[in-house]
Amino acid sequence: MSTPLTSLDRPNSYIGRSVPRPNAKRLLAGRGRYVSDLKLPRMLHAAFLRSPHAHAKIGSINTEPARGVEGVHLVATGEDLAKLCTPWTGTLDHFKGMTSAPQWPLPLDRVVWAGQAVVAVVAESRAIAEDALELIEIDYEDLPVVVDIDSARVAGGPLVNPGSANNTCFRSQLDSGTVDDAFAHAAHVVEEEFTFGRHTAVTLEPRAIVADYDPAAGALIVHHATQTPYQFQDLYSRHYGIPEARVRVIATDIGGSFGMKLHVYHEDMAVVGLSILLGRPVKFVADRMESFVSDIHARDHRVRARMALDAKGEILAMDVLDLTAIGAFSTYPRTSVVEGNQVIRLIGAPYRFRNYRATLEVIFQNKVQTSQYRAVGHPIACAVTERLMDMAASKIGLDPFAIRAQNVIPDDAYPQTSPTGYRFEALSHQACLKRLHEIMDYDGLRAEQADLRKRGIYRGIGIAAFVEITNPSPAFYGVGGARISSQDGAILSLTPSGEVRCMISVTEQGQGTEAIISQIVADQLGVAQEHVKVITGDTEVTPHGGATWACRGAGIGGETALQATRALKRNILEIAALILQEQPSALDIIDGEVVDAATRKPRLPIAEIARIAYFRSDTLPPGTQAQLTVSHHFAPQGYPFAFTNGIQGCVLDVDVETGLVKLLKHFIVEDCGRVINPMLVDEQLRGGIVQGLGAALFEECRYSDTGQLMNGSLADYLVPMPMEMPDIVIAHVETPTADTVLGAKGVGEAGTAAASACVLNAVNDALAPFDATINSMPITPAKVLKALKRL
Amino acid sequence: MSGFDETPLDEADETVRVRFVVNGRKVACEVAPRDTLVDCLRDKLELTGTHAGCEMGACGACLVQIDGRAVHSCLMYAVQADGAAINTIEGLTESGVLGDLQAEFHRRNALQCGFCTPGMLVTAQELLSRMTQPSRDEIRDALSGNYCRCTGYEAIVDAIDAVAKARSEGGGGA
Repeated sequence: MSTPLTSLDRPNSYIGRSVPRPNAKRLLAGRGRYVSDLKLPRMLHAAFLRSPHAHAKIGSINTEPARGVEGVHLVATGEDLAKLCTPWTGTLDHFKGMTSAPQWPLPLDRVVWAGQAVVAVVAESRAIAEDALELIEIDYEDLPVVVDIDSARVAGGPLVNPGSANNTCFRSQLDSGTVDDAFAHAAHVVEEEFTFGRHTAVTLEPRAIVADYDPAAGALIVHHATQTPYQFQDLYSRHYGIPEARVRVIATDIGGSFGMKLHVYHEDMAVVGLSILLGRPVKFVADRMESFVSDIHARDHRVRARMALDAKGEILAMDVLDLTAIGAFSTYPRTSVVEGNQVIRLIGAPYRFRNYRATLEVIFQNKVQTSQYRAVGHPIACAVTERLMDMAASKIGLDPFAIRAQNVIPDDAYPQTSPTGYRFEALSHQACLKRLHEIMDYDGLRAEQADLRKRGIYRGIGIAAFVEITNPSPAFYGVGGARISSQDGAILSLTPSGEVRCMISVTEQGQGTEAIISQIVADQLGVAQEHVKVITGDTEVTPHGGATWACRGAGIGGETALQATRALKRNILEIAALILQEQPSALDIIDGEVVDAATRKPRLPIAEIARIAYFRSDTLPPGTQAQLTVSHHFAPQGYPFAFTNGIQGCVLDVDVETGLVKLLKHFIVEDCGRVINPMLVDEQLRGGIVQGLGAALFEECRYSDTGQLMNGSLADYLVPMPMEMPDIVIAHVETPTADTVLGAKGVGEAGTAAASACVLNAVNDALAPFDATINSMPITPAKVLKALKRL
Repeated sequence: MSGFDETPLDEADETVRVRFVVNGRKVACEVAPRDTLVDCLRDKLELTGTHAGCEMGACGACLVQIDGRAVHSCLMYAVQADGAAINTIEGLTESGVLGDLQAEFHRRNALQCGFCTPGMLVTAQELLSRMTQPSRDEIRDALSGNYCRCTGYEAIVDAIDAVAKARSEGGGGA
């Protein structure tokens, strides 16, 4: 049995300690190494001509004038690249019956959204490539456009994929218990239809890629700003027919990702092909407008939901229909149905009712693809559930805290299985509710709200409980046939000078992966953190693994590092025992010294063990082979997911004259299991909450009725900025998972999961005196004024 | 270009020689009239600490100091900056003028991906040169043109607030 992980009073105890990220100093000094900064010898630049039509047949393409421009090296169409690259289809086997059309780097005969890349130009500079684009002529023949959910579902209406029966990508139904019976006997029923606008990740660094094919070696190196280098190594290898060992993907510093940079993009696949055609490095960095029209979008759901309750406010049943529009294709390789699937499975998750029915319908339309972005499905499930809870509370005359306290699964009732099939190991809703009530000073806030109303100030208070999916097992993608790993690997060495080098498959996008891995290694081995170097993001160097997504870095990557470190420690102590003529069990390592385990008296620095093993192995007993490098893999077992939970609260004012919402303060109590670095956990929560607040109030990709994105710039698409965002108060409950030694679960999406639901509830709370309600996000001033019948 | 007269070259290819004092050092480079300053800094001078985020002056990732003031280098052509004294994150780091801000950002983890950070530091430095004891609201207001997708801003506000207090206590110097 190990020493307790929470003990902070022994040397090198880094688990549970707020320490700054060693790698952040480079970024502060302007020494980041982003793919958009990269310059390689003989590197060329790609630009893409994009479709001005949301749906059209491609006729003739005249590229001759563009080919003649000085400095242009290649003009390539869909046909040119299809000769090199096999098509891909964004379906997974476990989503029974789902369909999606095959995709190529550039389209062969039809464009299906406005902004889709059609022709590539490669030139000596981006500017020259863009000049040449202007000389390309394409004859388009307009086809009927499918824009909104309703027109997509009209029988006999226009089709996104001609030849298909309808615009349905996937349908799914869940039905457990006796839903109709529960509604028939309910004392109260609340019902609402919610809409959730499309929004997008808006990473500050746009997508960036440099593909570098060496025809002499038959080898491809791709510098790719992605979360998942191994996934792309596999995909580039298989779609371009290059042996895996000759494909290397390097992901260095990345200017934000949030799920957006783990999908296959047409331009990225094209750039690989362009480099193969030219035998030279080719770079593509999306500009901001290209990001808006080609990065994946997220959400775009319309949910009709009702909840049945008994006279005392106990939930009896829920019944849900989620319609979601995903663009013209399902995204590869993770699909575009995961969000809807998680919406219908997470609705009602904090509560203990048993009767649940849900239908999901995933619909094609002529817009850019939607797919996984931070907190996939969670904000929708949370907003639907938590708004219905508030509507029920108001109808029955209960306080929002009281109705939740009455209905959450009790903390001592675990394990539990939700009516949607999710298995919860241990959650802490009751503890979190109680703690939120305290940190908000809820009673004080309500008293203040009552006073302010008398003065014509409409303050709103909202809370929202959530459950988050983290640490996914192969149940997430692997079972569906996707070559997306749920395990991670690490190679850990004691170097000749007695330092430690850890090469691990989880990746860093600024959340602090490298920092927490070095904390775990230092803690478990017994060395100072500054003597641990962590290397990530290079398929040639680090073992194959899932990398960083779905809140798996700390829980799965961290456990991989922990187990690898324990293996290395055993090996070091074996050699130490031979040198010191002791039993390994009588020895330990503290602060880089082998010590007597009982007395903690220093015996030998580990640097000395390294020196002997590497340079004077002749002095070790015959037959000894020191193993100061270990490789270790860890795949999650036990529960298919490590669910986390928490609750958020917010306070805001609604200006009933202008419809503007002013956020005043936000609160969260969160339980991510073992906290490795409290400061980094809090920063994940804050960043996640602010993304959720953006979705609540500002962010929406707005389309014209011809399928044109109307606000594709940072002046038109509103993101949360510093002066609009509140301070955020954070508290923790710690319920470690027993599936791992480390006990950590994920935390990256918890903030986003419930922040928008809180705002929705708080705005409705503020509007209560007017008998006005809001059921649509983002909550724009116009929607508020409409609800108030002032517009 | 003589000897190649038969090759028609576009106007866009014609370059202009511009001179700046960048990070305290005189430099000259050839730029096309349409090259923005941010592209010139990043591509020609290889000062990649200055970032291009929105290319329209909305996000603040490209902020540099020109003649002592924070300026969006994406909204300025390189030729417009001819003769100017320009400080980028690289020079501001080397001179040590941002040292306390960088240390406080690091200590509080007021950055994640780091892409907005150079611009944040330029804005923070400008704010603290105008105002020795800004309130939290004044700090947030000063940062209203700096977009960060990662942090939620609070740690950035905290870090600037702490440095403002420390600088005031230390006599206002940095």
